[in-house]
Amino acid sequence: MTDKTLIEGVREALDEELARDDSVFITGEDVGPRGGVFRATLGLFDKYGPTRVIDAPLAELSIVAVGIGAAMNGLRPICEVQFADFIQPAYNQIVNEAARMYYRTGGTFAVPLVIRTPYGGGIGGGLYHSQSIEATYAHVPGLKVVIPSNPYDAKGLLKSAVRDNNPVLFLEPKKGYRLIKGDVPDGEYTVPIGQAQITRPGSDISVYAYGMMHYYCQQAAEEVAQDGVDVELIDLRTLNPLDKDTVLNSFKKTGKALIVYEDNRFLGYGAEIAALLAEEGFNSMDAPIMRVAGPDVPGVPYSHPLQDWFMPNPQKIANAMRKLARY
Amino acid sequence: MGTQVIMPQLGESVVEGKISRWLKQIGEPVKLYEPILEVETDKVTTEVTAAGEGTLLKLYANEGDVVKAGTLIALIGAPNEANNEQAHVTQPEIAASSAEKHNGSSARVSPVVARIAAEHNVDVSLLHGTGEGGRVTKKDILAYIGSPRPQKEGAAMKVEPEKLEAWEQPGLGELFRPTEELFGKAAPTPASSTPIAPVTTPAVTSDAVVPLNNMRKAIADHMVLSKRTSPHVTTVFEVDLSKVAAHRAANKAVFERDGANLTFTPYFAMATIAALKQYPLVNSSWSEAGIALHRAVNLGIAVSLGEEGLIVPVIKNADSLNLLGLARAVNDLADRARRQQLKPDEVQGGTFTMTNHGTSGSLFATPIINQPQCGILGVGLIQKRVVVVTQNEVDAIAIRPMVYLGLTFDHRILDGNSADNFVATIKQRLETWT
Amino acid sequence: MVMTAVEAATATHEGLPADLLLDMYTAMLRARRLDERCWILHRQGKIAFHISGMGHEAAQVGIAFAMRRGEDHLLPYYRDLTMVLACGMSPLDVMLGIFGKQGDPSSGGRQMPEHYAHRAKNIYSVSSPVATQVPQAAGVALAEKLRGGDRIAVTCLGEGSTNQGDFHEALTWAGVHKLPLVVVVENNEYAISVPMAKEMAIPHVSDRAVAYGVRGVTVDGLDPIATYLAAREAVDIARSGGGTTLLEARVVRLTPHSSDDDDSTYRSKEDKAALKISDPLPKFRGRLMDAGILSQQHDRELDEQIVDEVNHAHQAAEVAPYPNVEWAAGPVFAP
Repeated sequence: MTDKTLIEGVREALDEELARDDSVFITGEDVGPRGGVFRATLGLFDKYGPTRVIDAPLAELSIVAVGIGAAMNGLRPICEVQFADFIQPAYNQIVNEAARMYYRTGGTFAVPLVIRTPYGGGIGGGLYHSQSIEATYAHVPGLKVVIPSNPYDAKGLLKSAVRDNNPVLFLEPKKGYRLIKGDVPDGEYTVPIGQAQITRPGSDISVYAYGMMHYYCQQAAEEVAQDGVDVELIDLRTLNPLDKDTVLNSFKKTGKALIVYEDNRFLGYGAEIAALLAEEGFNSMDAPIMRVAGPDVPGVPYSHPLQDWFMPNPQKIANAMRKLARY
Repeated sequence: MGTQVIMPQLGESVVEGKISRWLKQIGEPVKLYEPILEVETDKVTTEVTAAGEGTLLKLYANEGDVVKAGTLIALIGAPNEANNEQAHVTQPEIAASSAEKHNGSSARVSPVVARIAAEHNVDVSLLHGTGEGGRVTKKDILAYIGSPRPQKEGAAMKVEPEKLEAWEQPGLGELFRPTEELFGKAAPTPASSTPIAPVTTPAVTSDAVVPLNNMRKAIADHMVLSKRTSPHVTTVFEVDLSKVAAHRAANKAVFERDGANLTFTPYFAMATIAALKQYPLVNSSWSEAGIALHRAVNLGIAVSLGEEGLIVPVIKNADSLNLLGLARAVNDLADRARRQQLKPDEVQGGTFTMTNHGTSGSLFATPIINQPQCGILGVGLIQKRVVVVTQNEVDAIAIRPMVYLGLTFDHRILDGNSADNFVATIKQRLETWT
Repeated sequence: MVMTAVEAATATHEGLPADLLLDMYTAMLRARRLDERCWILHRQGKIAFHISGMGHEAAQVGIAFAMRRGEDHLLPYYRDLTMVLACGMSPLDVMLGIFGKQGDPSSGGRQMPEHYAHRAKNIYSVSSPVATQVPQAAGVALAEKLRGGDRIAVTCLGEGSTNQGDFHEALTWAGVHKLPLVVVVENNEYAISVPMAKEMAIPHVSDRAVAYGVRGVTVDGLDPIATYLAAREAVDIARSGGGTTLLEARVVRLTPHSSDDDDSTYRSKEDKAALKISDPLPKFRGRLMDAGILSQQHDRELDEQIVDEVNHAHQAAEVAPYPNVEWAAGPVFAP
């Protein structure tokens, strides 16, 4: 057990799955000799060769669609889209084809496909290297959406995604690629898709988060603990299918919910959690359901102070935690 | 100037008729409204009466000729007018058989009108004609084509009048209309709550479907048509058959020797025929031109063919038969009906029908009229019943063989009163049989 | 001149065995009769929608018979009735889908008519957004190549759909990786109402092939023999590692775009009358009769048999049960 970064967790998963199953292959821009622009596939081309790690043309639609076709013909493709911001040309193929294929064929054609892509801001990326896309895609029945918040889950969840017989959109918080470190066992283990995790048991408020925001929530929770606020922190991990039980059980305990996400607030993923709690947790509700989210402007601005204004951070989150606890 | 005899239009869509029998020969005197010929059409055989008096001077068509309605077929006049008529005679049009195109109008279509109609895709039968006999003239069709016709705003092009295949007909041009417009209610019933795995072999379930044979189809079509055509009313009378039963018992053996099995049917037949003679309005057919009274009494007797269906052989000119003759005719036709040996002629031309539904146990029923007749008499089960009899003003109870007679009649032709009078006559005949 | 059985067994016409040609003709006739029945059902208000392949039969039969039908991967589009029947779907399969009944192999009643799929026959699911199947076909072909398999992928689309980005990206992959793929463009010169001249500035769709480094061929899609020969060449090249062919078959669309289209708004009566003359079915029939391979009698018998098949399929589908409503709820995910 050694401390590894989140990107190392990703790379280990890829490596181990390529070794374990001949039907697995990787494709995407620059995944070959370059090892990926974030080094997710570093060394894999040398190890497995050009039939397992395939450089794709600059064409996201077909990176995904070729993956869909190969998945329907017996392989297990892992398709990398270089930035989540650039996934939209493939939206049609993801949402209309991959997500719907199993249902529309009455279960005769499955698409065991993984689409991995870095998402999120706070890295000076401006409007088109900082986007969060999970709300749009988690909305679509037939597509699984998974977001790890730490290296252990990154490896374990990615392995599960590769072995899942459904299309999985695997969103990697790029700010945390090298920033977030943690214990990652060598060798085989998986983390189940569809299960949230209580990463910090508590009794005062329930805080729901995923990706980079979970990392910040951990810090914020430690800070407010000193003020006597006992946060129960839930890492959602899988946005679709959502682990409703864990979400509701925590709310039953605390009656106070805060959802944290960096995506634009309006119609972001937290809105669904809020609706779920209001509808099915009404009798447990002890305070208004609160959200900390990105503002509703068309993107994360580049200039440093503007970016900071946009991004949630431990401070903003801690303030919200205290406010909720006080209610 | 004599009186022209013109082939009438005998039905709404009847455009021609076959001259089946001239009732008068050339040189014979003809009275006003006297029948001079019999015409057979696909709906009815009927008589054509003279519109004037005089002598039958000329015949322009022969028996067996099929002649279009509106055609001159004979001339009646003063005997000395025979030689002066050539100049005024118009040649009859002897129609060919079904090769002729019928456009639903009884008037002729001239060559120029036909050509213009074809060029402009016009259905001439839809036009109003100002020519002779309602004929569409060249002026009429040119006026029709020339006049602006109302167009719906923004309508897609109309489907052509000519017959187009399903894939040549343009669609509505509107994609995906609401499903309710297509199918009414949505597909059926929620069933089990367990999800169904995809089935790769088709699961076809149906109840047994009995294919329709020709007779079934024919019966079905006729019954539906009959009900749609005539307003049906049924009136029911009860008849005491003791006198008939007595007569039958006394005469059965004699009839047997004469080759006839004497059932009750000939009795009902005779009584009905007598009533039809007394009430000729019941022996008729409705037409827009007037109620056609049939001179002949052609009595149809419905014969059940079991599961196969039913058929109605017709005793032609039944009024010319006595009881023995009727008994023989009934036997013969019923027998040959069951052996499917009836000739086509024997199932056509009926003017009234009797149906013995009582033989299968039915007390009374509301039979459906055999078009184009005016009525149908249903004879129910003959059953011994307790009845009240009055003699010398003293009421007593007796056991009598009783039967219900149900007359279904066409209320266009008959009213309740006349229908009842008709049945009352039958009743009276049967109850006073000697 | 009608052949004896022995003559028929060894007869050829233009180098092709007579029984192959008869099979092709039968396949065209079967598709046509089934297609006609669907139009009638729609005009009778019994089905909600139908999109036709009339006029495309010769091209589709030529290509299908050049493939390993039912084995090679087929990614068709909605006009490919002849193709899917030739590759192993039955008229009943098609009818069940059109009526939305239980047992529909394409989708269990979830998809619209003519959205064919048949796992066992390697017929991949037809979608409504056009051209999405082309890069998927590239993926299917890529997987075949990576695995070292000897099957090819064949995909079909209309000429209008070749304007979608999907098409171009697919050919990019096809050219770079020399994929075992045949991309068939059934060019009937209309994308619903938009004529080809408004869709592209080139006279042949196959002109696009050179831009991607793949083979481009245009063939008379009204001639099943010519199409068959061209398709066989493309298939052989694909299977032997020679790469992708963009095969354009020029056909006619004898009907409106779909049952809901009113093509009188953009096609004149004269145009449509001229189209009928190009109908490939009677043309092929005549050709086979002239060659003595098909007699009037035989044609009549075939037609009767086929109409009988169609009747059975139609009736069976009409009485088949609808899926239970629970089927609408899922499953959504594969286990």
